[in-house]
Amino acid sequence: MIYLDANASEPLRPEARAAVLAALETGGNPSSVHAAGRAARRMLEAAREDIAACFGASPAGVVFTSGGTEANALAVHALARGRRLVVGATEHEAVRAAAPAAAVVPVDRRGLADLDALATLLAEGPAMVCLMLANNETGVLHPVAEAAALCRAHGALLHVDAVQAAGRVAVDLAALGADSLVVSGHKMGGPLGAGALLLAGDPALVPLVAGGGQERGRRGGTPGLPAIAGMAGAARAAVAGLADQARLAGLRDAIEVASGQAGAIVAGAAAPRLANTTCLALPGVRADTQVIALDLAGFQVSAGAACSSGKVAASHVLAAMGLGALAGSAVRVSLPWNAVAEDAQRFVAAYLDMAGRLSRRVA
Amino acid sequence: MIQRPNRPIYLDNQATTPCDPRVVQAMLPFFTEHFGNPHSAEHTMGRFAESAVETARGHVAALIGADPREVVFASGATESNNIAIKGAARHAARSGDGRRRVVTVQTEHKCVLEAAADLAAEGFEPVVLPVRPDGTVDPAAVRTALEEAPTLLLSVMAVNNEIGVLQDLTGLAAMAHEAGALFHTDAAQAAGKIPLDVEAMKIDLLSISGHKLYGPKGVGALHVRRRPRVRLAALFSGGGQERGLRSGTLPAPLIVGLGEACRIALVEMEADSRRIAGLRDRLMAGLERAIPGLVLNADSERRIPGNVNLTFPGSDAQAMMAAMPDLCVSTGSACSSAEVEPSYVLTALGLSDAAAARTLRIGIGRFTSPSDIDAAVSMLARAHAMAAPQPSEA
Repeated sequence: MIYLDANASEPLRPEARAAVLAALETGGNPSSVHAAGRAARRMLEAAREDIAACFGASPAGVVFTSGGTEANALAVHALARGRRLVVGATEHEAVRAAAPAAAVVPVDRRGLADLDALATLLAEGPAMVCLMLANNETGVLHPVAEAAALCRAHGALLHVDAVQAAGRVAVDLAALGADSLVVSGHKMGGPLGAGALLLAGDPALVPLVAGGGQERGRRGGTPGLPAIAGMAGAARAAVAGLADQARLAGLRDAIEVASGQAGAIVAGAAAPRLANTTCLALPGVRADTQVIALDLAGFQVSAGAACSSGKVAASHVLAAMGLGALAGSAVRVSLPWNAVAEDAQRFVAAYLDMAGRLSRRVA
Repeated sequence: MIQRPNRPIYLDNQATTPCDPRVVQAMLPFFTEHFGNPHSAEHTMGRFAESAVETARGHVAALIGADPREVVFASGATESNNIAIKGAARHAARSGDGRRRVVTVQTEHKCVLEAAADLAAEGFEPVVLPVRPDGTVDPAAVRTALEEAPTLLLSVMAVNNEIGVLQDLTGLAAMAHEAGALFHTDAAQAAGKIPLDVEAMKIDLLSISGHKLYGPKGVGALHVRRRPRVRLAALFSGGGQERGLRSGTLPAPLIVGLGEACRIALVEMEADSRRIAGLRDRLMAGLERAIPGLVLNADSERRIPGNVNLTFPGSDAQAMMAAMPDLCVSTGSACSSAEVEPSYVLTALGLSDAAAARTLRIGIGRFTSPSDIDAAVSMLARAHAMAAPQPSEA
C-alpha cells in the first residue's frame, strides 16, 4: 500500500512518536500544582515554545486546540467582533463554515487570490480577512504577505489558515504580518487531535469552549497533551527538514510530466505551489472511479478534501478557478514527508495503466 | 527516616488518571502504521481508521447503555458540556422556542457554570441552585426552579469532581422531563466508576472524558439521545463530521484509546470499585488513627469509593502539600488548583474559608496499591504534624 494522501493526514514522524509516548507516560494534569502536574505543565509549555519558535509567534500568543477546524472557528469567533468577514474563494470548509455570510475574494485561473478584488472589498469598511496560505486540494500558495500589507493599509485583520503550509514551506506569523494563523498537528506529521491558533500580540479572547480557565482563559478543557506534544515534535522536525521539500518537488514533477502525457491536466500548475501536492484532472473520467481504481492498485489518493466524508461534491476550489468542468474528474495526489522515488515511479505506472483503461472506455 | 519513593505517589485521580497500559497498546498502531484520516472513506487506510472509530463508538455506547449512533466524539468533557448546554439552548432559540431557563447547580464543574453563564449574554436565564451540606441538590429546590419558568434544560453532574458525591440522576431526569425540559449530566467523574444506563435513567445528554477513566487526554464524548430526538446547535462548524454536530477530523488514535478505556471499565468497574473502596477504608482508618478530628466532607455513603475530601483539624492544606513533595494530592479541582481562593464547591457545602483552606482532595485509582496508601498515610500524618501551628505551651 502506497500512501499518497498526506494532505488528508501525514504519517507520524519519529520525533512526534517519541513525544506522544513521553506524554502518555507523563500522567499528570498540567493544571495540577504537584510534581506530576508540574511535569505535565513543563511538557505543555515546551510544546508551546516549540510551536511559537517554528512559526514566528510568541509563546503567549499560542492557544492549543483540538485541531485546525476548532482553531479556525475560534479565530473567527473571537477576533471578528463585528467586523465584516471576507474570505478567499478556495478556503477550507472550516473557514467557509465559520464565516458563512462572508464576502468572497475570487481567485484567478491559476488559483491565486485576486488582490485587486481584495483591495476593493477592503475599501468598504473594517473587515477581518481569512486567507489560506496553501490550498489543500491544489497546493496553490496564495500571496498572503501582499494580502497582509493590503489589510494593514486598510485597517483590516488578516487571519491565515496555514494548516497545509506549515511544515512544508517557511511559515512565520510575524514576517507575514498577519494577525492570526492556524496550524494542525496531523498535517505536519503529528498525531490527529491537536492544533493551534497563533496570535500576534497577546489579545484576550472570548473562548469558544468555555470553562476551567486553561490556555489563559482562551480555551477551556484539559489540554490534550499527547497530541499537543506530538504536534510540537512534528513541527520541529518538519521545519528543520524544509530543505527536503525540494526532493518531494522532484517526485511531484515526475508524476505531473508522466500523467500529462496520459492526458491529465494539472490544476494550479501556473501558480507557486506546495512541493508535495498535485491535483490531476483526467477529463471525462469520474474522480471517484479513479480513486477506487487506484485504491485497488494499492495507492491511497483522494478526490478532494477528506472531511466531506463520503459525499462526493464537486470541488468548490476547482470551480472557483474556472475549472468547474474538471471538478468532477480531479484526484489529489499529496506526497507524505517520507515518500521515496519508487513510490512516485510505481504511482506513475499505475496512473498510466488506469488512465489508459478508463480514458479508452470514455472515448 | 522515611525512604523516599522512587516516584511520587499519585493520589489525584479526579484531576486526571494515568493512561492504562492496555489503552496505550491499543492506541499505538493508530498513531503509527494506521495513521489514515478516518474521513478518507475513499481509500483503504481511511476506511480502516473509520472502522476503528466505529468500534470505539460501540465501546463508549456500551459503557453507558446507549446506541452507538447516540455517541458524538469531542475533545473532552469540557467541550462536550459546552456542546450540550449551549447547543440545546441555541437550537431551541433558533427554532422559535420561547423557553429561556437553564437550571444547574453551584457545585458543577467550572465549564458547566461558565457555559451557562455565557448563555446569559445571549438572553437565556441560567439558574444556579445551592446544594445541601451533604453535597446533594435538594429535589424540592429543583422542582421549584423547573416550575417557576418554562425550562429548557436541567444540567446536574453525576459525580462531583472535588467531593465525590453522587446525585440522583434518575430522579432528576424524571423531574426535568415532567417539566418538559431536557436532562444533561456531566459524567466525567462517573463514567467507568459507577454503572450508568442512559436508557434506564432517561438521560438525554451525557458527557464523558477520556483522561478521567484511564484513557488519553484530548478526547471525550457526548451522548445525544435519539428517541425522542434531542436536537443541538453545533458549537462550531466546518467539514460537517459527526453529522454536523462536531466538525474537525476525528482523532482516531485518541478515540481508539477512549473506546478501549470504556471497554476495560465496563468489564472491570465492579472489581475496581470494590478494591478501591478497600483502599479508601484503609486510608481513612490510618488517617483517623493518626489525626483525631479529621472531617470527611459531604455525604459519607452517596459517593464514589475513589474520592475523599478531608478537612484537617490543624494544618493549612497548601503547607501540607509543600511538606510532602512525593505525594500528589490537591486542594481542589485541577483547573483552579493554582488559585489561592477557597474552592467554591466547599464554600457551597457551607465550609468556612478557614476550613476550606485546611482541606485536601485525595483521589484513589485503578493503579493505587495498598503500600501507596500506607505511605500516603504516614506522609499526610507527618505533614500535618509539621505544618500544624505549634501549641504555645509545648
